[in-house]
Amino acid sequence: MCLAIPAKIIKINKNIAEVESLGVKKEIDISLTPGARVGNFVIVHAGFAIQIIDEEDALVTQGYWKEYLGEQ
Amino acid sequence: MSSNIKELVESLNNNKPDHKINIMEVCGTHTMAISRYGLRQLIPENINLISGPGCPVCVTPISDIDWIIGIARQYDVSIFTFGDLFRVPGTESSLYNEKSKGKDINICYSPADALDFARNNPGKKVIFIAIGFETTIPLTSVIIKRAYQEKINNFYIYNTHKLVPEALELLLLDKEVEIDAFLCPGHVSAIIGSKPYNFIAEDYHIPCVISGFEPMDILESIATIIRQINKGISEVEIQYRRVVREEGNPAALKSIYEVFDKSDSVWRGLGNIPGSGLKLKKKFLKFDAKTYFTVKRFKSREPAGCECGDVLKGIKKPTECRLFSKICKPENPIGPCMVSSEGSCAAYYKYEKIKVQHLKNLNMTLI
Ligand code: SF4
Repeated sequence: MCLAIPAKIIKINKNIAEVESLGVKKEIDISLTPGARVGNFVIVHAGFAIQIIDEEDALVTQGYWKEYLGEQ
Repeated sequence: MSSNIKELVESLNNNKPDHKINIMEVCGTHTMAISRYGLRQLIPENINLISGPGCPVCVTPISDIDWIIGIARQYDVSIFTFGDLFRVPGTESSLYNEKSKGKDINICYSPADALDFARNNPGKKVIFIAIGFETTIPLTSVIIKRAYQEKINNFYIYNTHKLVPEALELLLLDKEVEIDAFLCPGHVSAIIGSKPYNFIAEDYHIPCVISGFEPMDILESIATIIRQINKGISEVEIQYRRVVREEGNPAALKSIYEVFDKSDSVWRGLGNIPGSGLKLKKKFLKFDAKTYFTVKRFKSREPAGCECGDVLKGIKKPTECRLFSKICKPENPIGPCMVSSEGSCAAYYKYEKIKVQHLKNLNMTLI
């Protein structure tokens, strides 16, 4: 339930951002990460960004999730 | 993550403590990862990993499920829930059963979906089942504030939110539970940071390491715990630096306490834990489903033979339950720990039966 997956912010319109994660684009809410800017990586939980993270770290974690989700 | 798995496992073996220790992984996602990668088999035998109460669905009392089913039966409402809760058996039915009987029960990915539905369907009463720990609570607080600002009058939450650190203290006070260290949840801590665990290290002398979810993260965190135990110290350390800062996410914390006040909460298997829950502030009470809807009296009964209570406290392993895998399976779950994708019984059922294969997988993907 507390799954949270990294995604890259592509576009921002007020509190909604378009993000890309593992090749999928979707819209998320960024109200909880006021510092988030286009190009940042964020951790996404249930449609909301909950933390901003470094690009390098995001890539490490994405690899893991790709494998995990592929198995579900 | 600097070293590789092999080196880490070797160093764990070389530095293993001279007595048996119990490390509780609090979070269900950790339980899943530990089982999935067969980490129990990789670490020294005297390091015992026990699963804790960190699966929100599993710690939701059966009376909450019965209550939600009661609302669905008595009122013309649209209910939105996360998928994990859908199949959890109540005393005589589940949300899944009720949906198949035609009740309007929907699985949503985000709480925002429930509010969007309410906004677009002003003639319907919409209830979002607000379940989850600190990772999820700020999301609920955002949508409550939004519903308030937009004056949406047909939206309610059934609030079962719970706070993790308070439950850990209860476990430490329980004489039946033996814990030498906590592997603390990564995404709960992304919100609350590391400070709320300080009392555990300082007052109870129990090491706490906030861990990520990859096998290397978990092994590194275990190595950190062992280092502390060997030195005879207890500190709160953040292994999951990629995501967790000491201060957590201040904006999210602020949002939670704009909407909620702390209150007591009943945990399945653990009972009432003072200060481990949240209640809506007065200003937002009109969104509280428990205030708005009255459900006829009902009697909740725990499923006979289910040991979820002891499993959630780490007293029993899932395999020690007599029903495990004989009667209770993911396709016929008796208790919540077998339903949720993060429940300990589901993790053991799914992964711990084919140990060798996991070790092979691990070698392939990580070394
Ligand atoms: S195996 Fe099933 S019945 Fe036994 S504790 Fe787990 S969920 Fe309950």
